[in-house]
Amino acid sequence: MIALMEFINFYLIPGVVLGSIYALGAVGITLTFGILRFANFAHGETMTLGVYFTWTLMQITPFHPLVILPASMLLTVIVVLGIDRVFYKPFRASPTIMVVMASFGIMLMVRSIIQFIWGVQLKGLVPGIQRPMLLFDSLRISPKHMVIIASAVVLVLAIHLLLSRTKIGKAMRAMSDSPELARLTGIGTEKIVMTTWVVGASLACAAGVFLAYDTHVETMMGFKLLLPMFAAAILGGVGKPYGAIAGGLIIGLVEELSSYPWIGTEPLLNPGYKAGVAFAIMVLMLLWRPSGLFRGRVF
Amino acid sequence: MEQSYGIFLYIISLATMGGIYAMLTLGLNIQWGFTGLFNVGIAGFFAIGAYVSAILTTPETTRHLGGFELPYILGFSASMVVTALIAWGVGKVCLRLRSDYLAIATIGIGEIFRLVLKNETWATNGPRGVSMIPKPFESLAEPYNQLMFLALVLVTVVVIYLLIEAACKSPWGRVMTAIRENEPAARAAGKNVERFRMEAFVIGCMIMGLAGAFTAQYLKFIDPNATELTTTTFLVWVMLIVGGSANNKGAILGAFVMWTVWSASEILTSRLPDDMAIRTAYVRIFLIGLALQIMLQKFPGGIIPEKRPKPSRSPE
Amino acid sequence: MAVLSLDQVVGGYGDTQILHGVSMHVDEGEIVVIIGPNGAGKSTVMKAVFGLLNLSSGRVLLDDNEITNMPTEMVVRQGVCYVPQTANIFPSLTVEENLEMGAYVRNDDFRPRMAEIYDLFPPLLEKRKHPAGTLSGGQRQMVAMGKAMMLEPKILLLDEPTAGLSPKFRGEIFSIIRTVNNAGTPILMVEQNAKQALKIAGRGYVLVDGKNKFEGAGQALLDDPEVGEMFLGGGSHKVAS
Repeated sequence: MIALMEFINFYLIPGVVLGSIYALGAVGITLTFGILRFANFAHGETMTLGVYFTWTLMQITPFHPLVILPASMLLTVIVVLGIDRVFYKPFRASPTIMVVMASFGIMLMVRSIIQFIWGVQLKGLVPGIQRPMLLFDSLRISPKHMVIIASAVVLVLAIHLLLSRTKIGKAMRAMSDSPELARLTGIGTEKIVMTTWVVGASLACAAGVFLAYDTHVETMMGFKLLLPMFAAAILGGVGKPYGAIAGGLIIGLVEELSSYPWIGTEPLLNPGYKAGVAFAIMVLMLLWRPSGLFRGRVF
Repeated sequence: MEQSYGIFLYIISLATMGGIYAMLTLGLNIQWGFTGLFNVGIAGFFAIGAYVSAILTTPETTRHLGGFELPYILGFSASMVVTALIAWGVGKVCLRLRSDYLAIATIGIGEIFRLVLKNETWATNGPRGVSMIPKPFESLAEPYNQLMFLALVLVTVVVIYLLIEAACKSPWGRVMTAIRENEPAARAAGKNVERFRMEAFVIGCMIMGLAGAFTAQYLKFIDPNATELTTTTFLVWVMLIVGGSANNKGAILGAFVMWTVWSASEILTSRLPDDMAIRTAYVRIFLIGLALQIMLQKFPGGIIPEKRPKPSRSPE
Repeated sequence: MAVLSLDQVVGGYGDTQILHGVSMHVDEGEIVVIIGPNGAGKSTVMKAVFGLLNLSSGRVLLDDNEITNMPTEMVVRQGVCYVPQTANIFPSLTVEENLEMGAYVRNDDFRPRMAEIYDLFPPLLEKRKHPAGTLSGGQRQMVAMGKAMMLEPKILLLDEPTAGLSPKFRGEIFSIIRTVNNAGTPILMVEQNAKQALKIAGRGYVLVDGKNKFEGAGQALLDDPEVGEMFLGGGSHKVAS
């Protein structure tokens, strides 16, 4: 019983928290992949940027990060739309690899600007350590984690409503299915592209802020999430937002559970290699079923 | 006098590092320029070469695997062999995928290597790195030791250049270009596209491994920061794009030009007060990134664009 | 009066000219078939109407309004719908969502129209909540056409609707096309299965090397010995390559 509680408190819940963060980030990756047809290497930096906007707003206002989140989402979206206009749009009709390269450059440009403006030292989003709440005697969950999970659920629900109930959301899915047919159907491509950036950047900002809320603020945090997010998108099937959410949760859980002492008393996997788990899952998936669990597009 | 001697040594070191970067750009050029493989794991293959050579040539120590004290020629050779083997394994998994996936996979591999270097302390001394790596010609007096090392680097670059040029002009090179330009047609002509891709990938990585070995021997020290994405992978890409991809002269020129710019700008920023110096270092990365974007949009061919047999591409 | 007419259309991709002067027209209520050998530019004619091709000369008129070189989205808004040969549905969207996408450029209430489509293709009503990608070949073709008809188009362009289908399905598709046409939509289609297509068509055009070669009533073309020799394979069906 104690062992089970320990498992839930120290492995399962952190896994769900991390998984929710990956899931939110991976939705943007998969939508960009499906609709703009390229792997956006700058997505991690979009997250980092959102976090620093939030941190800055928190220095000048007394509000909780969740209250500030919409404002920092808006700022992130504005920057990302600007980047699209200047750096990605010229390549719409070019081979995708040009945009991938441009995004690779943007990744380093955005990060270096963040490092220049805010410096590289660690910052905390919220000061101090919060004591976990005890539920049912031994189930410990920190209020932070509850906030993150609840907010992630709300956001996932919002994405779901957008994609399944609104005209523009359905058009996004349609374009992710087949951009050529979407054009023949009269769906205005640029409008969908813009919406994709808005959705992707907002969710990236939220995911980054949740991670910073759970841990701390640093300039490499987005890049560290890039690989798990790609892995989640590929696991779920490229172009499939629901797949990305599932993929994100799976990868977050597997990462955390990989260091649980399943056999004997030692962690199954040296925690130093946790970051390699996502990569391993991705490679296995590419070998076994490149279309992903949800039959996404294969390039 | 003192000062001009200092400048002389600086130019030697500039040319040496420029030469090592030229190896990296030539290796990348085989992959990207001639075959169209989007490898962003340069840092990883560079690190493998560096560590293999470092471990094989260092004297015995308790800090990491080693004590073989092999001659550097063997260190260089081994680093190429090991890098080639690992590249082959990576290629087996990734090369059949579309370019974006290769990029994701290779960037991941770079990160995995970094994890291994950090965690397998018994072999690599973890984050503290491998030091006391012997440097070829270091027993000679200054500046002859530096000059000899530079000569070794430059001779290697020239040899690699000549080999690649010969390969490109051979039927092998023509098939490579055919695959990049029109894969279905190459396939229809009965070419084993996978095998050619694999060859280009492995050879390119091998040269990157060699560049890593040279760096380790030159700096006498290597740590996991050598797998840092900005200076190893990104800078090499910018060098190739600026110089002109699919053109070996352009690749070499890009390496020397961009390394000079990168290195000279460091001198400028290091004169600034400490806090400013650290911050302006990031501005340098930003400007290099901007240079890449401008090249991509305005001069996609680079300084010395590719010489093409036909003036225009057929429409898609 | 002609709903759609092409007048001496010349164009292609980049430097490659494919159409060297094609003229044709489709009248109210008609089914018109374009046949011809591979590479004659049959599908290219459809793309020319749809703004997917650069026309260097000639004109395309829709109800006497010029739509030459108009961007695709605008052509759709003018009331031309195009069903490509492959990838003509959104597989991960449900049948109903596919129909909604067909009405994307409409801003009014399209539900009555959707009900009409379901009346026309009863199997779709049954499967409306299923992802379109899970449907059978014939049903997918219904989705593709239903989706195109959501706009109540002035004309429907079909690119080889029966390519790659078995003879049984082919018959099914042709009867769907007739149903759609009977409901009042004129149709211009490219078809490899020339014999069957000409049977349901009012008129046909034979295209060779990007130019008109023959034209006439469906039955007249079927009976023409030269056309029969060239494209109808002397009695056996020529299957699309």
